[in-house]
Amino acid sequence: MAAAFSSHLPALQVVLALLAAPLCVVLRRPGAAWMIATVITWALLAIAMVLLGRVLETGTITYALGSWPAPWGIEYRIDLANAFVLVLVTLIGSVVMPYARASIPAEIEEPRIYLFYCMYLLNLAGLLGIAITGDVFNLFVFLEISSLSSYVMISLSRDRRALVAAYRYLIMGTIGATFYIIGVGMMYQVTGTLNMVDLATLIPNLTDNRTVMVALAFLCVGLSLKLALFPLHLWLPNAYAYAPSAVSAFLASTGTKVAVYALARILFTVFGGSVLIDDFGLQELLVVLAVAAMIGGSAVAIYQSNVKRLLAYSSIAQIGYMILGLSMASVIGMTAGLVHLFNHALMKGGLFMVMGCVFFRLSSVQVEDMEGLAKRMPLTMAAFVAGGFGLIGMPLTAGFISKWHLIQAALEKGWWGAVAVILVSSLLAVIYIWRVVEAAYFKPPPKGAAEISEAPLSMLVPMWVMIGMSYYFGIDATLTLDITTGAAETLLGGIQ
Amino acid sequence: MSPEQTILLSILVPFLGAALIPLTWANPNIRETITLITGAILFYLVSSIYPVVAGGAQPSVILFEMLPGLAIAFTVEPLGMIFAAIVSFLWIITTVYSIGYMRGHDEQNQTRFYVLFAIAIGAAIGIAFAGNMLTLFVFYEVLTISTFPLVTHHGTPEAKRAGRVYLGILLTTSIAFQLVAIIWTWSLVGTLDFTQGGILNGKVGGLTAAILLGLYVFGIGKAALMPFHRWLPAAMVAPTPVSALLHAVAVVKAGVFTVLKVAVYIFGVDFLFSIEASQWFLYLAAATVLIASLVAMSKDNLKARLAYSTISQLSYIILGAMLASDLGVIGGGMHIAMHAFGKITLFFCAGAYIVAAHKTEISHMHGIGRVMPLTTAAFLIGSLSIIGLPPMGGLWSKWYLALGALESGHLVIVGVLMVSSLLNVAYLLEIPFKGFFAGAEDNPEPQAHHEHDSDHDHRFDRKQPRQIKEAPLACLIAISITSAGCLILFFYPDPVYNLMRLIVAP
Amino acid sequence: MELIGLINYWIVIVLMMTGFYIVIAHDNLVKKIVGLNIFQVSVFVFYITMAKVKGGTAPILAEGITTYSNPLPHVLILTAIVVGVATTALGLALVVRIRDAYGTIEDDDFENQDGEP
Repeated sequence: MAAAFSSHLPALQVVLALLAAPLCVVLRRPGAAWMIATVITWALLAIAMVLLGRVLETGTITYALGSWPAPWGIEYRIDLANAFVLVLVTLIGSVVMPYARASIPAEIEEPRIYLFYCMYLLNLAGLLGIAITGDVFNLFVFLEISSLSSYVMISLSRDRRALVAAYRYLIMGTIGATFYIIGVGMMYQVTGTLNMVDLATLIPNLTDNRTVMVALAFLCVGLSLKLALFPLHLWLPNAYAYAPSAVSAFLASTGTKVAVYALARILFTVFGGSVLIDDFGLQELLVVLAVAAMIGGSAVAIYQSNVKRLLAYSSIAQIGYMILGLSMASVIGMTAGLVHLFNHALMKGGLFMVMGCVFFRLSSVQVEDMEGLAKRMPLTMAAFVAGGFGLIGMPLTAGFISKWHLIQAALEKGWWGAVAVILVSSLLAVIYIWRVVEAAYFKPPPKGAAEISEAPLSMLVPMWVMIGMSYYFGIDATLTLDITTGAAETLLGGIQ
Repeated sequence: MSPEQTILLSILVPFLGAALIPLTWANPNIRETITLITGAILFYLVSSIYPVVAGGAQPSVILFEMLPGLAIAFTVEPLGMIFAAIVSFLWIITTVYSIGYMRGHDEQNQTRFYVLFAIAIGAAIGIAFAGNMLTLFVFYEVLTISTFPLVTHHGTPEAKRAGRVYLGILLTTSIAFQLVAIIWTWSLVGTLDFTQGGILNGKVGGLTAAILLGLYVFGIGKAALMPFHRWLPAAMVAPTPVSALLHAVAVVKAGVFTVLKVAVYIFGVDFLFSIEASQWFLYLAAATVLIASLVAMSKDNLKARLAYSTISQLSYIILGAMLASDLGVIGGGMHIAMHAFGKITLFFCAGAYIVAAHKTEISHMHGIGRVMPLTTAAFLIGSLSIIGLPPMGGLWSKWYLALGALESGHLVIVGVLMVSSLLNVAYLLEIPFKGFFAGAEDNPEPQAHHEHDSDHDHRFDRKQPRQIKEAPLACLIAISITSAGCLILFFYPDPVYNLMRLIVAP
Repeated sequence: MELIGLINYWIVIVLMMTGFYIVIAHDNLVKKIVGLNIFQVSVFVFYITMAKVKGGTAPILAEGITTYSNPLPHVLILTAIVVGVATTALGLALVVRIRDAYGTIEDDDFENQDGEP
């Protein structure tokens, strides 16, 4: 019995959350819904860790869904790369959920709260599904489950601008997903299979086939829309700025990250990575876009007065870091990209949680309203500074580890321009973080400012746990680097 | 206790002190007692490592692995020993001084001040004992960040502007240049450990080595080599104890210390000598020595003048490193110690003038020597040591720097050293001269008016009864100890010299 | 000849571009969703077209039939249709709420009302 149960753990990753979601709708009580969502997320984290441990121990796990053998049935295939993403997603969820209990009622109207938890669970199921599946069409389905639930979560905010943001995200997201299935269809047309491993054996021999190349273009554009790669990022700033803070924290640290993973999977596992190295221009294109994102995102962030939007633009820049690492198609570059995926999730999640605390007391996240806030909310603002250091890439923060590897990877390739861009982007980060710090620490509170105290403990603790983790993995990065290096080697298996 | 444990403990102790200080915020006496006790323990710990290092051993300890194959590790070698000893000793003195200054000046946020000060000291010790370039870089940035709130301590718009310059330059240089240099070194040779004879030797070509050297030298913004020196004068808005310990000793010395470390243990003296680029930086340092001295002469604000004097003196040490000769390195290392004692004395005096007489501008200090004779006498001693006249410790470091310049055949540098000494005389001795000898004859105002507006008169009148109004006692104690230090280092430079000898001839 | 043989694909492309154009060019939120639907339908047609095997029939085991159309794309597209319906429903629901909040469904007007660029 126990053995049978444990062999079905991969399915549980998706099914648990999928089943729990309607339960929230049935129960309707916010407290009960929260309880379900939290317990489920923690259980999923435990399962994800068990799976990661098992992958580290025995290698890749395959699981035939409904016992239909691959390549006919849908196969779940867990190697280091996706076990790592599973842990990341559930970890972020596990920290955000306790935080949401106090934060969500402040930003979502009471009768809609249970819907948030329902949508959150669907989103979680979708994200985990994208990570775990070994089937390109199944990936599309999960992509849409996660996207549709994200649109709803964003639109739940009390701010009416969130509705428009969600609508635009919906349009862009759907176009992206549709591009993706066009690409999948073309691959299927040529190869007759949807299984990633199967595709991986067929596609690399077909790189001179025009249909396959067009498929690649569609897949890249579709996923780039989902992961908000410059210049397809337009949906992201407003969506993150006006969504409830807990939603921003969760989505910013998981949604785009999982899409980055999906892109890496398609490029490296399915297409074998050779498309990047071949004389096809894709590598150059990705590098140029990544560089534009790093500079453009950071530069625009400097001029934002809404701090959540500032963080959103910063995310666009940080996604550029990941894509840059990925596009190097070297083990160390891929490691840098993956480790930054993890580290950035912690830092940005923590920072959005800070903004949730600020909003909780201030009902605003405008820089000018945050003047003199450090005196009134010292713990919250200290967390902002601590998280900001991470974005800049100060030593001892997780951001430093990412940058260290990214620069090393660029040096290895001899890409001096990329090194310069990484540095310029971090210096721009100093400026945009600095603007907020200066307002909070060096300006007197605006006249007639309401007396406010610290955010409640139930928000402060998860926030600091998140920031604390971003320091822990900055001080002792051996664990994350071991796993990401392994994951990078797995993904790059096709090239070596 | 084994030396290894002592090393870890001496890095931990200041941070522990920093953690304890806020718990006493209600009581300034306990707060300052804790700082003093922490300082005393730290100095005891550091000095207990001295015999080991002087005996030729280099105790080393690995704390943990930060990146695979790259650890946070500490090794105490002679140069770090000197730096740590100076910092830990002067911390105690500065704390005594701060008690007088901060209370006498009625400063705000004193608890924050002491906490951050302790963290900065911990970071400086971490830099001193760092066993590899990564560890050094980590503490280097901790030092930058922890001293930033000290610079903006007053919270005025001026302090804020200064803070921006401070953080801007130090962060930019360290992120844009130093970090790249470190990562590049790592990817070239696969190690960052400080190794006798250097790790780059024979592994990189001339051009790469030249670029790396540039990235290091400019990346270490704390060394204030022109054109990245602007942060140092800006930092002078900080309370004087901060300027004294951090911006005359810990922070700037951390910079030049790092330059020396890079020269000796990353490049290696012999390899550095073979790189043509080291000559460019030699002359850039020489130019900085002269230009900063000239700028110092034009400054009327005493702290600003001292800041430019510091820039000039720091470049002596860079010069010592770039001479890439044994004697040059010895001179540079000794200058860290000599200049520390001289310059901290001067800053203490400058602070004393502010607290006791509320004077910051040199042109207002006519006759101040008669009001504050002890302080001004100490200023004279400090000045003489900076100039390098006997019987002050500053003589020795200049002596070895000049010998080093001769050894590597740079006669021009010898000339620069001489000219610079003359400039030092001009801009430093002005203050004790005006203080002791200038007075009523410089005062164009008729004497009768003095009884009415003597309160806001800028000058002290020779004819008036001599009212001695010295700085608070705590300040005076500190000043006497450091100025005595300048004298003692003349007669007993051996500990410093012997340690430096170990570096070049192990 | 080839042109006519590929007529389905031409239709797919025309539909796709039409839908895409509507999404981009129209400010009316409902029209955008209509465009999005046309865009998605073109993909459905694309999948069904590629499943067609010349001379094949429905994949049911029966006497004398040896050639079948590929059933898998049909199944896939059934899923995609469900997703499409959900997206449309959600999009329209959002439009309703946007109209409640702003009193308009023209894309230009929101920024003016919120007083931001």
